[in-house]
Amino acid sequence: MTELTFLPGRTALEAVGLGVRYRRRWALRDCSFRVPAGRVCALVGPNGAGKSTLLSVAAGLRRADAGALSVFDGLPADPDNRPRVAYLAQDKPLYPQFTVADTLRMGRELNPGHWDQARAERLIRQGNLSLHARVGSLSGGQRTRVALALAFGKRPELLLLDEPMGDLDPLVRHEMTAALMTEAAENATTIVLASHVLAELEGVCDYLLLLSGGRVRLAGEVEDLLATHSLVVGRHEEAGEPREFRDHTVVECRVTGRQLTALVRTEEGPLAGRWETSEPSLEDLLLAYLRSPQAPSLLTPSAEPRLGLRRAV
Amino acid sequence: MVEFRIDRRSGVATYLQIVQQVKQALRLGLLAPGDKLPTAKEVVAATAINPNTVLKAYRELDREGLVEARPGLGTFVRRSLARPGAGADSPLRAELAGWLARARAAGLDREDVAALVASVLEEGFGGAGERG
Repeated sequence: MTELTFLPGRTALEAVGLGVRYRRRWALRDCSFRVPAGRVCALVGPNGAGKSTLLSVAAGLRRADAGALSVFDGLPADPDNRPRVAYLAQDKPLYPQFTVADTLRMGRELNPGHWDQARAERLIRQGNLSLHARVGSLSGGQRTRVALALAFGKRPELLLLDEPMGDLDPLVRHEMTAALMTEAAENATTIVLASHVLAELEGVCDYLLLLSGGRVRLAGEVEDLLATHSLVVGRHEEAGEPREFRDHTVVECRVTGRQLTALVRTEEGPLAGRWETSEPSLEDLLLAYLRSPQAPSLLTPSAEPRLGLRRAV
Repeated sequence: MVEFRIDRRSGVATYLQIVQQVKQALRLGLLAPGDKLPTAKEVVAATAINPNTVLKAYRELDREGLVEARPGLGTFVRRSLARPGAGADSPLRAELAGWLARARAAGLDREDVAALVASVLEEGFGGAGERG
């Protein structure tokens, strides 16, 4: 391959005013965003931010209580969309009495006409797993491998993964991530990867969706989001925020002794004055937004919802 | 062929690490004109990074005229960065090794030497040099 995997004009996921309610509590509230096809998107947020809820709506397992979410410009539960989407839930439900081979056979029977046995078996073999082993006898990491093999065998265009790497040791985590990235490279699969382990995401994801408190805080290309923020360090002894910050959106500003550390948006231009500025890391950016619930949300242009959704609603 | 080593904690963008490592391999003669770079899929399978990052690095190298993408075949080295004076057996290297031995004899440790070299580099080439 010498071509980028993503197609900016095609939409994998698009939400407009999406809300999901559990009894009286809103798990997602007024969420609007777009994920272009072919992206590897990190879905990040603290526990209870609504990540799993969002994935289950995208997988067609839950309905929206307000607004709508579309998958490839259709409804998530649309029969046309079912074969195109694979969803791996956090608890990775598998039948413990089945052998690995039985599990793959189930995948084949449930996905007639678009099952890739070779691709599923390849992932199993890479882990030196026996096809005759019972799923119930496997370790957590091995079960994750079987569950991922089931998802890959379906040849999805959209792969939704809810905390897939949680119980993996570092070596297996590296192997699974490499397998995921190879899947993206070979088939331009759109991958949405929910995680709260930030180290899992750096270098892997090129798109970001940050949720907290059921709302979208950041959405867009990782590169562009990082480039429109500056990490600012300098000496500051007066009360209040420095004057130079007035023309900028300040996400977070902390003063320790004489030292000021801040994360500032710089889409309006660079910061004037004697400040030392640098581009934040993904971790700097995410932590600053999570610590500052009052900071306004930011969507890059490609993450703004388009009008395609109206047809689906 | 080269193998990339990605350091996720270095603070250097991943694509830039690939660009720098290709240039380093070109300088040291590990890669020569006509050689094929690993495909994005191969890099991804070994390093578990995003494939678009690899392609971005290759595009940057292409833009600088160091490699070229041949559709359907892969990405190939177009020109070398190896210079006769920078090889492992060059007189300049031997002089530098001699200088280092004198510096150590004068009691300088690794950090002292690094600081001294950095300041002379700064003087000779100016600041804000291209990284890589």
